[in-house]
Amino acid sequence: MINKVVSTVSEAVADIFDGATIHIGGFGEAGSPVELIHALIDLGSRNLTIVSNNAGSGNVGLAALIENRQVKKIICSFPRTAISVVFPELYRRGEIELELVPQGTLAERIRAGGAGIPAFYTPASVNTPLAEGKETRVFNGKTYVLEHALKADFALVKCHAADKYGNLVYNKTARNFGPVMCTAAETTIVQARKIVEVGQIDPECVITPGIFVKRVVEVSKPADESILVAEKRRYPWN
Amino acid sequence: MELKENSGWSINEMAQKAAQDIHDGAYVNLGIGIPELVADYIPEGREVIYHTENGLLGMGKVTEKGSEDYELVNAGKKYVTAIPGASYFHHADSFAMIRGGHIDICVLGAYQVSEEGDIANWSTGDPNDVPAVGGAMDLVAGVKTIYVITQHCTKSGEPKIVRQCTYPLTGKKVVNKIYTNYAVIDVTEDGLVVKELAPGITFEFLQQNTGAPLLLKQ
Repeated sequence: MINKVVSTVSEAVADIFDGATIHIGGFGEAGSPVELIHALIDLGSRNLTIVSNNAGSGNVGLAALIENRQVKKIICSFPRTAISVVFPELYRRGEIELELVPQGTLAERIRAGGAGIPAFYTPASVNTPLAEGKETRVFNGKTYVLEHALKADFALVKCHAADKYGNLVYNKTARNFGPVMCTAAETTIVQARKIVEVGQIDPECVITPGIFVKRVVEVSKPADESILVAEKRRYPWN
Repeated sequence: MELKENSGWSINEMAQKAAQDIHDGAYVNLGIGIPELVADYIPEGREVIYHTENGLLGMGKVTEKGSEDYELVNAGKKYVTAIPGASYFHHADSFAMIRGGHIDICVLGAYQVSEEGDIANWSTGDPNDVPAVGGAMDLVAGVKTIYVITQHCTKSGEPKIVRQCTYPLTGKKVVNKIYTNYAVIDVTEDGLVVKELAPGITFEFLQQNTGAPLLLKQ
């Protein structure tokens, strides 16, 4: 019998170990699995490498995970926003590592990781500091840079609806990195706004097929990160 | 050389100039800031579809206050709307549109543009800044036509159009056309060709405020 549904976020993240590499979905607040991240803060795993497009806002979600000193390194394309304070401060003090990756290269490295492709050539970043030291090759007169796949031990992803097989649908631009991250982790953990009966998601409309998902947990009223940030909330809750 | 009052173009007029060069049926990606204004000036009768790299084709206007949807944002993380006929997709598909040459035009801001069309727009190289690149390098490498829209000079009066960029590059030989408050300039094999001068701007004044040699359109 296949049933990927677990009942709590803490149960969902319970096996995340020290030193793990974790894909965390989201583009800013859209699609950020805030409740799963908070459960990871409660769990306390340390020395984590986080792959995520941004580095969090305010003092909740991903920013709170970093503030709690659980993150050794972040692999991301845009680690600052108007309201990010935690990462920039630690970065300037040299207390967190940053691997800066062009956004499309980041997405493709994760996609490749999930698709069994160890590396690929891309035109993005050629002749820039982000290609320094990397192998290049000319195809049809144009230079490309070699980029390697990016797999993770875990992926934390937020979606709109899931069933017990792990089939997922997303909501608008909250989809962003979710589908590729689901494919590229040993253990993919998903928080869904609702869990529906098998068969209720039209097979034509499934965005992430259940084979890529290990666990789903229902979080029916996920926090809006920007509201938490505006209210100056912190996690663990102040 | 002093500029007369009312010389040059406003930001909105710059956006209008760029908008005139966006053809009917174009798939367009607009960068954050001044480039976003371009959408307001597309000439009547042209249908343009906007792509935002976080996974939406068919982006509409910025959301009215009070009806924001936290899961519907653009690349600048502003709350936006989707037009009828829009589609959502994941990041790898979105950048396949970009790198695969499916997006026709990208309009970007810049710190510097070189006479060969190199662009620097992601880092000033200041070690105190937290580096951030986003999708800029993928966009300039993959989109067919790159327009830059920028003030002609920095706030301190330094030319932003130069022989060689001194800031870290975003991409090399990628810019096709530059729209500034002083002129519209094509980047060609022969060099920088001035297509149009703003009101009150002479070629001599433009050259004095540009760090690379300019050619006048024949």
